[in-house]
Amino acid sequence: MADNKNIEKEPLFSKKNIGLVMDPLTDSNPITVQVLGICSALAITAELKASVIMALSVMFVLAAGNVVISLLRNVIPSSIRIIAQLVVVAALVIIVDLTLKAYVPDLAKKLSVFVGLIITNCIIMGRFEAFALGNGPWKSFLDGIGNAAGYGLILVIVGFFRELLGSGKLFGFQIFGDPVEKTGLYALGYENNGFMLLAPMALITLGLIIGFQRSRNKSLIETN
Amino acid sequence: MGLKQNLHNLKEKYRGTKFEQGFNALHTFLYLPNITTHSGAHVRDAADLKRVMNTVIMAMVPVLIFGMFNAGYQHNLAINGVAEFLTMDNFVVGLKKILPLLVVSYGVGLGIEFIFATVKKHEVEEGYLVTGMLVPLIVPIDLPLWMLAVAVAFGVIIAKELFGGTGMNVLNPALTIRAFLFFNWAAWMSGDKVWVHGAVDGITKMNGVDAISGETILGTLAANRPVTYSLQDMFFGFIPGSVGETSTFLILLGGAFLIFTGIGSARIMISSIVGAIVMGIIFNSLAGTLMPALGMGEAVSGVIGTGSKFFGLMSFPFWQHLMVGGLAFGIVYMATDPVSASQTNRGKIIYGFLIGFLSILIRVFNPAYPEGVMMAILLMNVFAPTIDHYVVQANVKRRMKRLKTQTA
Repeated sequence: MADNKNIEKEPLFSKKNIGLVMDPLTDSNPITVQVLGICSALAITAELKASVIMALSVMFVLAAGNVVISLLRNVIPSSIRIIAQLVVVAALVIIVDLTLKAYVPDLAKKLSVFVGLIITNCIIMGRFEAFALGNGPWKSFLDGIGNAAGYGLILVIVGFFRELLGSGKLFGFQIFGDPVEKTGLYALGYENNGFMLLAPMALITLGLIIGFQRSRNKSLIETN
Repeated sequence: MGLKQNLHNLKEKYRGTKFEQGFNALHTFLYLPNITTHSGAHVRDAADLKRVMNTVIMAMVPVLIFGMFNAGYQHNLAINGVAEFLTMDNFVVGLKKILPLLVVSYGVGLGIEFIFATVKKHEVEEGYLVTGMLVPLIVPIDLPLWMLAVAVAFGVIIAKELFGGTGMNVLNPALTIRAFLFFNWAAWMSGDKVWVHGAVDGITKMNGVDAISGETILGTLAANRPVTYSLQDMFFGFIPGSVGETSTFLILLGGAFLIFTGIGSARIMISSIVGAIVMGIIFNSLAGTLMPALGMGEAVSGVIGTGSKFFGLMSFPFWQHLMVGGLAFGIVYMATDPVSASQTNRGKIIYGFLIGFLSILIRVFNPAYPEGVMMAILLMNVFAPTIDHYVVQANVKRRMKRLKTQTA
């Protein structure tokens, strides 16, 4: 305990702490680099709005969950830690689920089971295990925000392309004109790419993003 | 100093520049490359990849020309009610629609190949020569050109270049292009309005003609309506359909040519036909129409009654299944693609059988996609390496066993 006094107190936004938020956006992105949380990235990205809501929900659950687990990290016996973590996530997910149902019922219907399935999102358990159990609450909070933002960033990029090319909309607004009235681009014979709304194209879009990122940063390429 | 020498001089000039790959690709269309391998033992043969591809294209030319006649014939038939087949008018109508498809397909596809070759500094690969010819033959005639261009770009980049180019693709690029078109713009790739030139205009009422409609035989069957075309029409191809797939007769000739030249695998073609027949017989027996299909006896009431939505396709005589839709075209020109098919002889038989078998299965049970051969081939493309693996392993096992008995 005596050593503690000698260690200088780390400032709230030290370089290391900022790194906790910024790294998951790019070089340790949970989706493109760690390849976690793919299922929901494929399932709910047909619309940008759903992507954003999903990203925010995961951010809330992950940040809050990380803080709670971090505070409890010295109390939870390691043999039952998974159960304890699940209880925390479940409680937070139910809060999110009920909030969405209360305030945005239409969107909650579209997200359907996927909000509930945040509970099984590999990113969340992964961060609890890998980070929150070994770090203080402030750092865990930043880590949660960072990883959820990295997850959300990919969701939004995929959602952007899928909604724009698949239904010609962004956040529900017609970008290319009206497909029924044949205005704007549709007057020239353009038609929406229905394939973008199906899961295979989500996977291909995601694959292209991963490929692009690895072509920019060769150190991410795995060798086998 | 003839043309040949001039070209070789030009080639030296372009060596090491950005245009080297592009120039070499054009050069080898006319002359064999003057670069030869110096070491090792090699079989000397005039058949390089480009000649092999050209042979396949030759096998498709009759189908293409027939497709042009048929496009005009179906168009005039739909407008006037009667039409002659072999008229110049028919040919011109077809040519006007099909030539742009061909030009776009080759232009976009080869353009992408050239760009990739230049950037990655390898030789331009010949694989697209066949794909570019196949693509216009397997799409509906009125398909908008920009859709074709997008699909070709997708197919060449995603299905081929990303896997490493010619010879490395898991999926058949031409079918990937068709599948992309199908799932992207299903309204342009299925239904009863796209198979005859002018029918789509009828929908949008651009020129006031809205009586034109041409349903494919499979579409009619899927809707449980009787087929109005004669057997002769089906076999020789005077029916609506994708540009090049209607004439089973010419496709058979093309297939015979491919087998004769040793390019297409007879194993795959024959086992595919057997697979389709087996599945057809199973369905015919379920629908109780096996006896009349064989030409002996009356139909009995089968497990599948006339009220079932599958009855139309299930009761269709199994041997007629071979003549309608793209099955024959797919089996002859696309299942035999040496890159995406199985490599081992026994594997080829299994691969082909499952293609035929699954084609008819998908045809019958998925009326939303009345033709199943596209899905069947793509699916089996994915499984081809697995089939090969088990064939090779079985062989290894058998020989190990033999070795043991000999030494024991």
